[in-house]
Amino acid sequence: MINLKINGLTTSVEKGTSLLEAARFLGFPIPTLCHMDGLKPYGACRLCVVEIGEGSKAKLVTSCTYHAEEGLKVRTATERVVRARRMILELLLASTPQSKIIQDLASEHHVMQQRFRQEHEDCILCGLCVRMCKEQMAAGAIGFRGRGTERSIGTPFDVKSEDCRLCGGCIYVCPACQLRCTYNNPDQAICGGCANLAAPCIEELKYNDLMCYMKPCVACEIVEYEKEKQIKIK
Amino acid sequence: MRKQNSIVEFQDFQDLLISDISPDIPTIIISSGTCGQASGAGSLIRVVKRELIAQQQTQNIRLRITGCHGFCEMEPSLLIMPRGTFYPKVKLKKVPMIISAIANNETISELLWSDPKNGGSIEKQVDIPFFKYQSRTILSRNEKTDPIRIFSYVRHGGYKQFVRLLEKGDHDYILEEVKKSGIRGRGGAGFPAGVKWEMLAAKKNTNGKFLVCNADEGDPGAYMDRSVLEGNPHSIIEAMLIGALATGATQGVFYVRQEYPLAIKHLLIALRQARELGVLGENILDTDFSFDLDLVKGAGAFVCGEETALIKSIEGKMGEPRQRPPYPIEMGINGSPTVINNVETWANIPIIFELGAENFAKVGTKGNSGTKIFSLVGKIRNTGLVEVPMGMTIEEIIHAIGGGAVGSKSIKAVQTGGPSGGCIPTSLFNLPIDYDSLSQAGSIMGSGGMIVMDENSCMIDVAKYFMNFLKDESCGKCYTCRKGTQRMYEILDDFSNGLGTPEKLELLIELAVVVRDTTMCGLGQTASNPVLSTIRYFPDEYNAHIESKMCPGGVCKELITYSINDNCNGCQVCVRACPEEAITGKKKEMHLIDLDKCIKCGSCVSVCQFDAVETA
Repeated sequence: MINLKINGLTTSVEKGTSLLEAARFLGFPIPTLCHMDGLKPYGACRLCVVEIGEGSKAKLVTSCTYHAEEGLKVRTATERVVRARRMILELLLASTPQSKIIQDLASEHHVMQQRFRQEHEDCILCGLCVRMCKEQMAAGAIGFRGRGTERSIGTPFDVKSEDCRLCGGCIYVCPACQLRCTYNNPDQAICGGCANLAAPCIEELKYNDLMCYMKPCVACEIVEYEKEKQIKIK
Repeated sequence: MRKQNSIVEFQDFQDLLISDISPDIPTIIISSGTCGQASGAGSLIRVVKRELIAQQQTQNIRLRITGCHGFCEMEPSLLIMPRGTFYPKVKLKKVPMIISAIANNETISELLWSDPKNGGSIEKQVDIPFFKYQSRTILSRNEKTDPIRIFSYVRHGGYKQFVRLLEKGDHDYILEEVKKSGIRGRGGAGFPAGVKWEMLAAKKNTNGKFLVCNADEGDPGAYMDRSVLEGNPHSIIEAMLIGALATGATQGVFYVRQEYPLAIKHLLIALRQARELGVLGENILDTDFSFDLDLVKGAGAFVCGEETALIKSIEGKMGEPRQRPPYPIEMGINGSPTVINNVETWANIPIIFELGAENFAKVGTKGNSGTKIFSLVGKIRNTGLVEVPMGMTIEEIIHAIGGGAVGSKSIKAVQTGGPSGGCIPTSLFNLPIDYDSLSQAGSIMGSGGMIVMDENSCMIDVAKYFMNFLKDESCGKCYTCRKGTQRMYEILDDFSNGLGTPEKLELLIELAVVVRDTTMCGLGQTASNPVLSTIRYFPDEYNAHIESKMCPGGVCKELITYSINDNCNGCQVCVRACPEEAITGKKKEMHLIDLDKCIKCGSCVSVCQFDAVETA
């Protein structure tokens, strides 16, 4: 067992426990976006930072990837931590404002506005879907590509993956999509809320091998449904 | 090549090679690293060879083709040994003259290096200020060795230290010596190499231990590692053999970036020759010591210089750093303990054993022993690689060795440590160069890039340049690094476009601090340095951009206008140079720039010889 102090409380945890697990066990709230029980910690969103060490050696580390060490003193909500979290939330709001999860988190941390140029991206590259696909679904159909500004998630060469079993796990874990596909209800179907922003069938040749866990793709059905409606009206 | 089968056999062979040296025969040394070849060393070699044959001097004059000597500004150059004559910027048609001069033991004074300050010419390489104030323990070996001939290395004492230590067979002695020398990692962080080795030696692992030579040198404007690898690959191989002796490592890896084809070529040749000679591979020189080296090429990601990303890249995965601890010493390549050292750190190892640890530690300052190679580039007269003892001041490097500013403007700042480093203003030029002083000044030692900037540089533009580099080279795993660098670039871009506000400056500082705090690896943690150090030392420039929408350096296009002053004598050169036909004016009359048409390309400024085009 390893003894450590979290916000002044002494606790002992098993070897290999992450600071996040230890802190949550004691009831200290730490916000996360890229962490999920059952998936390997990755440390992409940086929201779960906590402060360790003392004096000039004090530093912020992500609690999800940092393992408990003997005698470690952890502080989960110092001014430095809170300032960092608020800035991260501000960055998130500036890029993916449509996510309900991010909006809620921002509101919890009293981040009411962001000061950057507004963008509308649909992915925060937290990697939950990649890990879900690989670790829980044993498929590994999607992965990260590129680096820096070019980084994205997708299948190799954007070709429809043969490893994909269309389980929908990737969509299930995504914190950035607030819109779920509703396959059987074309009226509310919003195919592309996650990956395909344009309806695939519009330019069939260009998009026909895009990944969508629905098969056939809902977008086609919307088009059919619209057509039927038109006919009925006539 | 005959394989050497025992330690004694190798030593006899080395003695034989050494006895073969006839130091009096003049040797022409052509520096032909990547930099030399780019300036025409390839043609020079060809012409020298042809001329040696034509003048029938092949028996009397020797030719040696080596790696870079460091004085890149003067390439292609000839160095004549043993006399030490240095001919800079050699023109091909002067080669016959030079060769006949060498044959008669003369020099041609008009081709020698001339001092720009007083016009006097200096014959010997060691007397030229650029070389005089350096202590070239590593780089001077480049001149002695032909990188693609192992005999050339062995003849100059190569592999001698390794064989001596192999014969001695005392790994504690090696560790003690390296620790005593006080050498710190030359890759930038400055971790004591001896301590790292000792930790690896203490590890017990049945699956083997790894040594890695990190040659993924990606800083813009830095090329020390490339020159060492190109010029003296065997010294690194020898160093890694010594490292393996000390730590019990079984396998070594060179991680070289793909962009260094010549270094890769020379390394591959060196590895093959070392195996053929029997100093590398299974049961080296018939002892029970085995060690082999592989070469892995990096695929062009800057972040793979970070040790955990480098390990992933060697394993064939995506180059992405991970959380430390566990450090590579615990969990490295394929989970085995691994020590990663920079090329320059390795290059120092044979020197430590040749000079003795005490003598090595005497150079430099306490806690920062030995020499460090810097690549001195930018607005400086003597561009090149300089090797100086640690603790030398920036002033000495720039003025004594570098020869001061090129052009009429004075030097404003020096950027050290590449994209992760910071800018140091002239007021701090008496700062000694070592790991601790530089980090206190808000910069880092880094791998040793030194970019000199003069009054014509805009510090916001510099920060923007590095941020642009980092936003593309960040691996993108940490949200704050990926988005943070993008947003910092965006704000800096606003400043240079005249859209800056005091609030944005505040936001920039706030963001820079958070990026430094919350990212995982060295790249992100130091990514804010270019921004924070320029804000710290050049607040006036930021104010000028934000408050008065002016760029004092005359770099930010949106904030400057060009005009023609009284110096104009109507030569019409700028009229012809202007791509937009924005300049009008008759011959011998003052010209005028139509600001509506002007695209601020700066062509007129660069062609005008009378300083008649002003920027404001």
